[in-house]
Amino acid sequence: MTSTTTTTGVAVTPQPSGGASKLAEYAQLKLQRKRRERLIEGVLLLAACVSVFTTLGIVYILLKESVLFFSHVPLWSFLTDTQWTPLFDDAHFGIAVLLAGTVSSSLVALVIAIPLGTIIAIYLSEFAGHKTRETMKPLLELLSGVPTIIYGYFALLFVTPMLQKIYPDLPGFNVLAAGIVMGIMIIPYVSSLAEDAMRAVPMSLREGSYAMGATRFQTAVKVVVPAALSGIAAAYILGISRAVGETMILAVAAGMQPNLTLNPLEPAATITSYIVQVALGDLPHGSIGYQTIFAAGLMLMVLTLLFNLVGYWMRRRFREAY
Amino acid sequence: MRTIRIELAALAVALGTLGAAAQAQVVKIDGSSTVYPVTEGVAEDFQKAKKGAVKVTVGISGTGGGFKKFCRGETDISNASRPILQKEMEDCKAAGIEYFELPVAFDALTVVANPKNAFIKQMTVEELKKVWEPAAQGKITKWNQVNPAWPDAPIKLFGAGSDSGTFDYFTEAVVGKAKSSRGDYTASEDDNVLVQGVAQDVNAIGYFGYAYYAENKSKLRAVPIVEKAGKPAVSPDEKTVLDGSYQPLSRPIFIYVNAKSLAKPEVKEFVEYYMKEGARLAKEVKYVPLPASAYKTALEHMAKGKKGTVFGGVAEVGVTIESLLSREARL
Amino acid sequence: MSAVLSQRRELLRSIIRRHKRWDAVFGVLGLLAMMVGVLTLAALFVNMALDGIPRLTGDFFTSFPSRRAGQAGILSAWVGSVLVMMVTALFAVPVGIAGAVYLEEYAKKNWFTDIIEINISNLAGVPSIVYGLLALGLFVYAFGLGQSILTAGLTLGLLILPIVIVTTRESLRAIPQHVREGAYACGATQWQVVQDHLLPYGTPGILTGVIIALSRAIGETAPIITIGALTFIAFLPPVPFAGDPPAGMFDWLFSPFTVMPIQIFNWTSRPDAAFQANAAAASFVLVFMTLGMNAVAIWLRYRLRKNIKW
Repeated sequence: MTSTTTTTGVAVTPQPSGGASKLAEYAQLKLQRKRRERLIEGVLLLAACVSVFTTLGIVYILLKESVLFFSHVPLWSFLTDTQWTPLFDDAHFGIAVLLAGTVSSSLVALVIAIPLGTIIAIYLSEFAGHKTRETMKPLLELLSGVPTIIYGYFALLFVTPMLQKIYPDLPGFNVLAAGIVMGIMIIPYVSSLAEDAMRAVPMSLREGSYAMGATRFQTAVKVVVPAALSGIAAAYILGISRAVGETMILAVAAGMQPNLTLNPLEPAATITSYIVQVALGDLPHGSIGYQTIFAAGLMLMVLTLLFNLVGYWMRRRFREAY
Repeated sequence: MRTIRIELAALAVALGTLGAAAQAQVVKIDGSSTVYPVTEGVAEDFQKAKKGAVKVTVGISGTGGGFKKFCRGETDISNASRPILQKEMEDCKAAGIEYFELPVAFDALTVVANPKNAFIKQMTVEELKKVWEPAAQGKITKWNQVNPAWPDAPIKLFGAGSDSGTFDYFTEAVVGKAKSSRGDYTASEDDNVLVQGVAQDVNAIGYFGYAYYAENKSKLRAVPIVEKAGKPAVSPDEKTVLDGSYQPLSRPIFIYVNAKSLAKPEVKEFVEYYMKEGARLAKEVKYVPLPASAYKTALEHMAKGKKGTVFGGVAEVGVTIESLLSREARL
Repeated sequence: MSAVLSQRRELLRSIIRRHKRWDAVFGVLGLLAMMVGVLTLAALFVNMALDGIPRLTGDFFTSFPSRRAGQAGILSAWVGSVLVMMVTALFAVPVGIAGAVYLEEYAKKNWFTDIIEINISNLAGVPSIVYGLLALGLFVYAFGLGQSILTAGLTLGLLILPIVIVTTRESLRAIPQHVREGAYACGATQWQVVQDHLLPYGTPGILTGVIIALSRAIGETAPIITIGALTFIAFLPPVPFAGDPPAGMFDWLFSPFTVMPIQIFNWTSRPDAAFQANAAAASFVLVFMTLGMNAVAIWLRYRLRKNIKW
């Protein structure tokens, strides 16, 4: 009997048959199968490449306008100037100012989202009963479903006055309120995905741990979380990306005042809120003020790329197989 | 597989006949969110008057975004809170788009203060300049630095975002140079937020369009403006804007109409309706309407084919409606 | 001897008590953490309800926008949102799942695959308005699709694609290898393994991702305004698939439109206080629409998850 291999490399031995015609028929079927599989793989590859085309498209439009921008403004001053007043008569183009806003708002959001999201994920996966889990998980996912513009006004009109009761000197626009609301919005990104990852850890691992006399908490922290680490890290990275890319909440509640500070108790402009402000404003398209949004967007992309590269490398190192 | 192929074929045909059905009898308008309330009112009443035979759509991409689409021939009318600028004029010329510039109303930029504020009875343009010019950043922080008669109270400022036409106009009128302003004030695109800011702080002042003051008269007080030494302080309202005494903070707002679109009967009817009803509708949304003669003259100019802008691609401050209507237009 | 033993036993018991205490503490912590989220939702709802519910009359749902706050309604907005979501889902879900399946099951571990993966995480962090600018240049101008529902659906689809891909991958990764190996051992091809085993098992996780992704898309404002969604539109797109076939059936895709977040955005910035009530009511409706989408998907996920045991 001759053994043949399928595209997946598994050996398949044809059944004992009555003659060469049957073998030919099988060979024909196998060829068709192979062709179909190749076709399907090609279609799937195309789908995966849509994201590459999207990035190429985004990079193209960002670069096209940024090149024009950098012919007016030297890269050095773009990176080191301490003021961002591109639309004023006396224009300064220091991206560090907007970066400070992006960093401070994202940090506030992540300080809330990551701890709370992880705790919730562990609780739902390891502690909660079936009913609790199936009610709370959708409820929390609703948090990510509220339109960001509503969150923005919530931060401005509800959270800020509340914070002002604790800290009366807080300005009406501040990064803290916006960051807090952003963090709460991101909780489901972290908790839902992390919880899915933890639930996928086979029961056998947990049972082994319980058999050793560990409590639920110890099992969760010492067995389940390390086993689900890659999924949890994916959840974190998604959450961080969401925080950095958020636009409307900051546009509405953080004020749009470019301010070189990491202090969340002050108003600030982020790269994203600045882009929205200008793209939907009254500036003529094609002016240097308008081109600044592409330069700022390019900066943001470069930073998230660096960050993603680091995260990716770290995940490769710590992936656990079971 | 069969159904997929049929759907793909249908999609292809649909793409091919793109121009046909959906585009019939639609007047497309886009541009400034400042002019939007007036245009919306006109569009609504016009559609009702035509009993749905003509459709009107209005977007709020901003004055800049609106002109971009306008100069590509994608919109019939562009709402603008400032005149068309040089670069946009060139774009339109390159695309072969000719247009009519029609002023539709006045927006009186109002300086407001908290009603409980006891010392700001009026402000001169000089004082406003001292408060808002770039040199004031970080230095002019107390009211007695602006006017020694005023108390030693901290200055809190609220104003328009630096990308808006309001900002451009205010800085040009007050500081003397467009976009020339101090940076340490609370800026917002949403004027309602500015209203709240001033209403909550006794020592605050802010500036925004008249409509936002008119709707919140209980929370704010308009500050009368003294244009030059020797002139009286003038409060913004319909009368003072119309007779030209509220200066320099009255600014005209416009619509720009594509000359080719005017050949379409529905667009022509819409513009004529706009000029006829514009005064009533502008008043409803708390803008200052132009005098009736102004609308008639604008229509006449359009009928005579007086294309182009009278501003030469540069923004101007303190324009009165008579001078606007008597100028020479240039494409 | 027994004294030492009983001492040891006491020590052991105290350690166990301490661990149990930590367990209980963490249980409380978990509940508190969830309460933060739930309380925020409650505060949001109450806020919107107080201002908005008086405005929720039947007229509100069946009227077009108007300059008079009392007459303004969300008819064109909610219809537009529903239609745009349909297009978004039809685009993002198949493409996202297909892409994730490729990356997880077919892709060889080479540099090209790495590039695609880093790409996808990167895209999740691009601000939504940049997608709007991209779509303006690409879909509206280059492809000539105009300022239409189709463009909006594709734009939002691109926006949420990374979320769908990442979550689908994670759910596929969670399926144990022995499921695949068993299927291969029976002679299945790769696609048969995916179609008959992985996708069914992965559906709950995939649905999680689709829920989160579509909820994000329905609330987006900035990119939709950029591609030219309207704020005042007093007519509805043609009924889908109801025109004269073949071309008329797709007329609705190329129709101008508006969506709920844009109406809310416009109404909140109007000076007339009555519009604020409109905005609150519309926000309420929008959140309910999102709820509705979530509820359907969650119910599906719940039903499917019950059957998975490994």
